[in-house]
Amino acid sequence: MTEANRRLTTAASPAWAFMARKHGGTRADWTDWVTYGYLLLGTAVMLVPVLWVVISSFKSEGNLTQFPPTLWPEAIESLEVKGYNRPLPLFKVTREDGSVVTLAQVRRVGIEAQMVVPEHPEAGLVVVPVERTQAIRKFYIATENYTKLLDSAGGQIWSSIYNSVFIALVATLITLVMNSMAAFALSKYRFAGSNFALLAILATLMVPPTVVLVPIYLIVSELGLVNNLWGVILPVISTPTGVFLLRQYMLTIPDELLEAARMDHASEWRIFWRVVLPLSTPALAVVGIFSIMSRWNEFLLPLIVLNKPEVYTLQIALAGYTDENGIVYGMLLAMTTLTALPLALVFIFLQRYITTGIASTGIK
Amino acid sequence: MNAASRLNDKLVRFLWSVASLPARGMEPVMAGLQRALGVGRLPWVFLLPNLTIIAMFSALPVLINILYSITGSDNLYPGDRHFVGLSNYETLLSCESYLDPSTCSRDLFWRAVRNTLVFVPIQVTVMVAFALGTALALNRKIRARGFFRGIFFFPVMLSPVVVAMTWVWLLQRDGALNGMIGAIGFDRVSWLTDSARAFKWSIFVTVWAHMGFYMIILLAGLQSIPADIYEAAKMDRATPWRVFRRITLPLLKPVLLVVFILAVIRSVQTFDEIYILTGGGPGSATKLIVHYIYETGFAVMPRNYGLAAAASLLLGLVLFIFTAIQMRLSKGGRND
Amino acid sequence: MTGNVLPSTLLKFRLVLRGAFALAIAVWLSGVARAQEITVQHIDADVKVLTDKFMKEHPGTKVNFRLVSYQSILESLPVQLGSGQGPDVSMVGDWGGLSRYYLDLRPYVDAGYFEREFGSVLVPMRGMDRKGNAINGMSGSMTLNGAFVNLTLFKQAREPLPKSGATWDDWAAAAVRVAKATRTEIPMEMDRSGHRFASLAISYGAKLVDDEGYPVIDEGLKTAIRTFVDWHRNGTMPMDLWGAVGGATHRDNFQDFMNGKVVFYFGGSWALFKMDSAVGELFEWAVVDAPCGISSCTVMPGGGAMVAFKHTKQPRLAAQFIAFLAREDNMREAMGRHTNIPVATTLVKTGVDYPGTSERVREALASFTRQVPKIPKDAYAFQGWRFQRAAMNSMTTRISQVLSNELDVDTAAAFIKKDVLLAIQAAKR
Repeated sequence: MTEANRRLTTAASPAWAFMARKHGGTRADWTDWVTYGYLLLGTAVMLVPVLWVVISSFKSEGNLTQFPPTLWPEAIESLEVKGYNRPLPLFKVTREDGSVVTLAQVRRVGIEAQMVVPEHPEAGLVVVPVERTQAIRKFYIATENYTKLLDSAGGQIWSSIYNSVFIALVATLITLVMNSMAAFALSKYRFAGSNFALLAILATLMVPPTVVLVPIYLIVSELGLVNNLWGVILPVISTPTGVFLLRQYMLTIPDELLEAARMDHASEWRIFWRVVLPLSTPALAVVGIFSIMSRWNEFLLPLIVLNKPEVYTLQIALAGYTDENGIVYGMLLAMTTLTALPLALVFIFLQRYITTGIASTGIK
Repeated sequence: MNAASRLNDKLVRFLWSVASLPARGMEPVMAGLQRALGVGRLPWVFLLPNLTIIAMFSALPVLINILYSITGSDNLYPGDRHFVGLSNYETLLSCESYLDPSTCSRDLFWRAVRNTLVFVPIQVTVMVAFALGTALALNRKIRARGFFRGIFFFPVMLSPVVVAMTWVWLLQRDGALNGMIGAIGFDRVSWLTDSARAFKWSIFVTVWAHMGFYMIILLAGLQSIPADIYEAAKMDRATPWRVFRRITLPLLKPVLLVVFILAVIRSVQTFDEIYILTGGGPGSATKLIVHYIYETGFAVMPRNYGLAAAASLLLGLVLFIFTAIQMRLSKGGRND
Repeated sequence: MTGNVLPSTLLKFRLVLRGAFALAIAVWLSGVARAQEITVQHIDADVKVLTDKFMKEHPGTKVNFRLVSYQSILESLPVQLGSGQGPDVSMVGDWGGLSRYYLDLRPYVDAGYFEREFGSVLVPMRGMDRKGNAINGMSGSMTLNGAFVNLTLFKQAREPLPKSGATWDDWAAAAVRVAKATRTEIPMEMDRSGHRFASLAISYGAKLVDDEGYPVIDEGLKTAIRTFVDWHRNGTMPMDLWGAVGGATHRDNFQDFMNGKVVFYFGGSWALFKMDSAVGELFEWAVVDAPCGISSCTVMPGGGAMVAFKHTKQPRLAAQFIAFLAREDNMREAMGRHTNIPVATTLVKTGVDYPGTSERVREALASFTRQVPKIPKDAYAFQGWRFQRAAMNSMTTRISQVLSNELDVDTAAAFIKKDVLLAIQAAKR
């Protein structure tokens, strides 16, 4: 790159210079442009759909049914007009003589709209063909989608949130304890049948819940746990990948620590709890996060086991979301956003744990 | 140690002390067991909860599934069902011509099988290709790598319901995609009411949602390739394509294999996103095998548990074969 | 020592005796209390008013009211009944599906009254037992499928409204013309439900089910499917309803109608109670007589029936309660609170008041009520068929396959029969 070019690029735009400079300071070549192009395109494809849902969740009902959709949330300007108990939307109407006047719309069906002059409503209704009207729009954020959602249907959404949170937390807690116990046994002891136990645990990878739906439903039903949150928690708390991850990690804990504790007459349980577990916190964090993720997002098992609206998880409630008047898109989108929010936050703060966890699963 | 990690530490310590309370309660119990059973047999006590759950919710269901598949009636309790031998399997598998699902006794089952057989190879190939491509891009010396990695991974965190809702909203007749193509002058397209289009969108949406997961694994694999190999290649003035084919790919093979197997196993079981995106439609164009099982066993009235169980066992068999392949290949590939 | 032991033993013995006596009394009392107690469940909280009224009129009885969801009636109730449990009296949606569990009320009630008032609905409640004469319950009100029309759009298009007796084709053509003239998005819409489609099918002469309870595939059904598919191909009906399923994304037809996006909507009478609040004065609408097919102008009946179950320990009380519900004044009261259509012969003849509803809704209800006597036997037979649900599910699935070009009409019809036969076989005990 010539001196002139370099001055140009660095002077022209800091962003460009930022991109053109790599780690190490060597020049950019065509593969880098392709790479950045691909990454930027990918970012758009990954982010835009979700951002679109979030933006749409702040649009009012009328705005949502518009086509083509507006980029930003908008609503039609409205005005309180004497004699009408709700504010009427305002439209610019082109009269036959070409003049444009602002009228308030009372109703609109098909090709006709009935309007009144806002200042003189007593003058009566004017019938205007729809093609000569144009809505007067303003920027408007429909927070009522959220307030109505969080307030509606006798707290239905709150019970769904509670159910999802309960399942996620309790299942994760139990999973962590159970799996670490099993991992401890399999990593720190040599005993007859340990291979069999490990194989048995890993073999469950071959029996995913989708394959044994009906029997799981029968067993859950026999235990009396249909429509009970425990019916969703119990079947999936023994995760083979969790045991495997913890075991791999625990293998790296030096046995001398355990020997020293044993010489101090500590019971095995104490060793487990006071020595091994605290040292396994990174692996526990990974397993814990994964467990919360899976439980929060779970769909098929709750769909089958939970049939009453009071015990729906957030995912089931979202999938079947209607209120007395049918589908209200604004609230549906708001609910979608809220459902995605917790894990999005988990992700932003705990990204590193998650990615290292996945990476180590693959490199087994 | 900044404030955030100090707070993190305090939080962890607090949680730990809370969690230790029941542990301390358990201690006498466990110590007693230790005395009774001896250290040799104690590991089984540690394994007990896990093994119990596995027995109840993995092993037992398989046996019950077998029982369901050889019995009939719409009763849930096996005791109330009557023996029908292999007739459920017969019903499922009988076809005049295996090439035309409509000649089959259970045509929707075969349509689901055919859809799955087409869906899985295409979806896995596309997904792994993009995952690999993205991993390669992220492996380069670029700025803001963490940010990009996060962006590509983040749809994995979204629940299948949210993923499906997002795309349904975009793909509606009055949705944003149609809005965009309308802005450049084309007519509105109904994306999900045409069989071929709905199928392609199913593939796209599932790739969109899961690619990040495999990308992370591949990225870790790429990063474990030592940098000096690339330096040596650069000194030999090898083209990027040559580097990729001769160096990267062979070294990545074991990881790539793992990724493929994981992707296939997950892809065969696709249900959640597509169920909400298209409901299996239009017609049965996007109905995959797990959807068929769910529908037969839980959605139609009266419920046909026998057929659902038979179909599940067949699916389980296929997955078993795949996992066996994985174990065989990964054992063979290990260098230790 | 013995001196001390004997009195304490005696004391203990006396205590035990007293305890046993008290226990026996408690058991007897509770038995007596249970002797006059039943559990009634329904999806409508207003029924509690009636259970309270019953208890006041029959002192010493206890009627426990349980509010449940429609889904639990469809799914949990059959399971409960299958294991011999469940409430004494319940609303049921699937009239014929659970008929084997119903209690025959004939010995306990005024049989003549029941037959006069509820004759037509008693038949489907007998399920497979067509020739019997059991009185299994009552249905105070029913719902009907119905044709909702946006009159304002017809006016704007200056299109005359087809008269009573017009055919489905007449209405389809008129709706298309109106939609074009008023630039309305959708000419015609029908709920994605086999129940709605059955109205169309029966109008075209489909029998749907024979006397033995087996599915019937005839030219009537095939013609109905063909007509229906043609409407989708030529744009009369939107493809993204029957042609595609989308879980929570299905078109909400009522919302479409409410927003003035549909000219002709074939839905159900239960929508009436929302019409005033949802549509208000936005546009003029009406419920018209059902369009006619080749053989009839059918609307499928639906709704819940109140039945008592065989396993009840209080058959007399349960029957008394049902008779109470069937009393004319109670039926009027219940009906006035909702916009449902009367079934009882007397009410159909004299009409019911619906306080608090608009003129338009009342006219619609009258229009529905007028059509009650015209419901053909085939419609009731289908409604009371044990495998009606299986048939309806199959219809929606197979028709949707025809719409997406997976099957042709003849194959689809054959498959409907196959699906139902499989369901019948799977349900054999």
